[in-house]
Amino acid sequence: MTEAQARKLKVSVYRYNPDKDNKPYMQSYDVDTQLVNGQMLLDVLHVIRVDDPTLGFRQSCREGVCGSDGMNINGKNGLACVTKIVDLPNKITIRPLPGLPVVRDLIVDMSQFYRQYEKAEPYLQNDQPAPAKERLQSPEERAKLDGLYECILCACCSTSCPSFWWNPDKFLGPAALLQAERFLIDSRDNATEERLTALDDAYKVFRCRSIMNCVDVCPKGLNPTKAIAAIREKLIQEGT
Amino acid sequence: MVKVVTSLGSTGLADWIVQRFTAILIALYVIFMVVYFFIHPNPTYSEWSTLFSNNWMRTCTFVVFLSIIMHAWVGLWIVSTDYLKHLAVRLIVQMAIIFTLLGCLVWSIEILWGL
Amino acid sequence: MSIPEIAFDAVIIGGGGAGLRASLQLAGAGRKVAVLSKVFPTRSHTVAAQGGINAALGNMEDDDWRWHMYDTFMGSDSMADQDAIEYMCKNAPQTVYELEHMGLPFSRLENGRIYQRAFGGQTRDFGKGGIAHRTCAAADRTGHAMLHTLYQQNIKAKANIFSEWYAVDLVKSRNGGIAGVIAINMETGETVYLNAKATILATGGAGRIYESTTNAFTNTGDGPGMAMRAGLPLQDMEMWQFHPTGIAGVGVLITEGVRGEGGYLLNKDGERYMERYSPQLKDLDCRDFVSRSSMMEMREGRGLGPKSDHVLLKLDHLGEEIINTRLPGIRELAKTFAGVDPLRDPIPVVPTCHYMMGGIPTNYHGQAITVDNDGKDKIVDGLYAIGECACVSVHGANRLGANSLLDIVVFGRASGIHVGERLVEGLDMPVASRDDIDAAQVRLNRWNTTTDGESVEVIRAEMRKVMQEDFGVFRDGESMAPGLKKLEALQERLQHAALKDKSEVFNFARFEALELDNLMEIALSTARQANHRTESRGAHSRFDCPDRDDSKWLKHIAIFADGRMADRAVNMKPNEVEPLQVKEREH
Repeated sequence: MTEAQARKLKVSVYRYNPDKDNKPYMQSYDVDTQLVNGQMLLDVLHVIRVDDPTLGFRQSCREGVCGSDGMNINGKNGLACVTKIVDLPNKITIRPLPGLPVVRDLIVDMSQFYRQYEKAEPYLQNDQPAPAKERLQSPEERAKLDGLYECILCACCSTSCPSFWWNPDKFLGPAALLQAERFLIDSRDNATEERLTALDDAYKVFRCRSIMNCVDVCPKGLNPTKAIAAIREKLIQEGT
Repeated sequence: MVKVVTSLGSTGLADWIVQRFTAILIALYVIFMVVYFFIHPNPTYSEWSTLFSNNWMRTCTFVVFLSIIMHAWVGLWIVSTDYLKHLAVRLIVQMAIIFTLLGCLVWSIEILWGL
Repeated sequence: MSIPEIAFDAVIIGGGGAGLRASLQLAGAGRKVAVLSKVFPTRSHTVAAQGGINAALGNMEDDDWRWHMYDTFMGSDSMADQDAIEYMCKNAPQTVYELEHMGLPFSRLENGRIYQRAFGGQTRDFGKGGIAHRTCAAADRTGHAMLHTLYQQNIKAKANIFSEWYAVDLVKSRNGGIAGVIAINMETGETVYLNAKATILATGGAGRIYESTTNAFTNTGDGPGMAMRAGLPLQDMEMWQFHPTGIAGVGVLITEGVRGEGGYLLNKDGERYMERYSPQLKDLDCRDFVSRSSMMEMREGRGLGPKSDHVLLKLDHLGEEIINTRLPGIRELAKTFAGVDPLRDPIPVVPTCHYMMGGIPTNYHGQAITVDNDGKDKIVDGLYAIGECACVSVHGANRLGANSLLDIVVFGRASGIHVGERLVEGLDMPVASRDDIDAAQVRLNRWNTTTDGESVEVIRAEMRKVMQEDFGVFRDGESMAPGLKKLEALQERLQHAALKDKSEVFNFARFEALELDNLMEIALSTARQANHRTESRGAHSRFDCPDRDDSKWLKHIAIFADGRMADRAVNMKPNEVEPLQVKEREH
């Protein structure tokens, strides 16, 4: 970063360490962008951690593919590693992903999110014996998986969804439903009927009110609302 | 799996279809009324009672009332399960909603057929 | 101090592709398995692999696993073990079909079969038939697709996943083998002893020893570090692969698949310089060779930027259709990290540390091997190593692109099969003494009790700088000797470093300290072995010893924590086919 672009950031971060804090609080850090080695918000957090190694957040690939560093940045969920500093104002407020219990600082307990994912039975089911080679699939059939299989389970979508906030145990949430559709539509999966039956209750799919926060925040540019609409359509066809 | 008792159908799909279907009926009725008021900007009492003296009008209006009630129940049931996490509170509110809606239904019959 | 104990048939350390494949093999057979992963499994670095997985399926043209084996051996600069590459290449098609049956969303050909692309160093007919299309791909997200598929299958198989558990050190058994591992539940800070009939290390790479790397923050060589502290050797640690195309200044990987699809490298004059260095394979030559060529261009002032510090990867000529269907992830990464849209502009790239060819020596069942006092191989009871942390050795001195995803699933599967068979035969639960269990906690206790000392951050930064400057693509005895001295001084300082935050819940400062111990073991081994091997072979390239010297150096070298080294012969005896001849690589 050149000097002309140098900025003084005021970063306010949600802090909570259950070992010593009775309740969470916001802590403010001043960061000079000249000291930041990189162009992303994650690099800013690294600068903060040099002075304050107690700040806890998850991270791994730092290129937006592992889904570790989902957090709420100025009110909007996103991955710190692909959120550019230039796109942020000088005052930055970082909170943990909303709607899940906070374990420490920016680290949330994601077990509820994973449980909903597992409820979608996210694995190929085919009761026919597998052929000696690959199961055939046309490029057109394969293309239907695009926009679905790329999910990185960062939970930005589900934790931005009011329906998931209110019913995290009953509504599957956008991430899990995206996977449900990914297997419903896979030409190699033949458990469609069982999958649809399992999805048809008052909550799992139908709590989606098409608010579309999921689409707005997805760092991979995926569209869970569209996938949910597709599931609904299949349920209607199945039901009639 | 928890199969929560829903309002009308046994599944989310049934509820969803009920909501959409009743919405269409309500919309058609609204369009009809708008057209009627366009033709009769200031209906007199006799014009108004002539309209409702037709049995088809009464029946249609009743069906739309019923639709509104079903639509409202599905919607309010969803809202109440979203926001009211305390079971007793939720049940009391839901009972109140049911009584209010059923009361409206009975009232509508009284209005339409003047029983 | 007594800590809780849990017993398993097998404990797998690492939830990446190798660990999850091994777990699937065992959990599917009803064995009591635990997978320990310091991140939720789908966050493991397998997820970042892009280009694909090699297998001679022959979907594009005739292919033969023996040709694949030949290429792997040539790519390794004759240093891969022939029994291991034979096993890997022969089992590759079956392993890929299994993944397909599990649901991996491979890209497809018009006839419905798996799409295969060209990749570096892949030829037909033993190098005589031109470039082969052998790399099975799911667009440019093959690792992501594979890791998620394997995790999904583990959900189906109801495997025990200990997500966000950190393995600290191996526990030795009374008979001299391995009895299990000490691990910390990261969420609570609780320390537990996991006792297992088989302990399988699948901890991945350690690219974080370098300043610039394609590797994740989590690639800290925990498995090799633990093995070394348990008195076991590592092998071929001087062999580090530098990928020719990491995004300049950031290190993010751009797949070789870009060149496989027809992209190529340019210098500042707009010259496609690989045609000059490698008239036959051009941009699809082996990675070590392409990286050195790029470095030569930059050294001679034909790189871009005021410091001539990067080259360009051009792919706009491939057209929107190919880029959006075959390389969509690359386009996304280039836009995000380099600020260029490859539909129009080339991507600035630079050779970047990518892969550790060395690791814990094993046989092709995944069993860890040590070298006894007489210089003889000895299998370590109860310990396996698979994937990047292992050195089977299928990569020798240089790995071929798309052989790493193959390595992890083939040997993940192989170790699962082998452990499964041994469990059927009846394997006793190894017993550790109280002293052994305590010994495995000494390091953790040191970090927990030291109150005053240097910070981890400073030492780590200095280590990475030394590695980057003195042990990069090109090496020289004159700078490597002082480089090693600097690392030894850093290791000494690390023994006295201290942790400020001693809290229990998700204390990442503690895990980073423990990780730095591992990184330091690896950096030191790398430096010692790089100084020791006075020749140039594969990824190890020295200005002062520019030639390959088979008479002296055609061998693996094992190294222990104290720097002691032992030679191990390269296996030249495949089980089924005629041995491949050792020869110089052609470009």
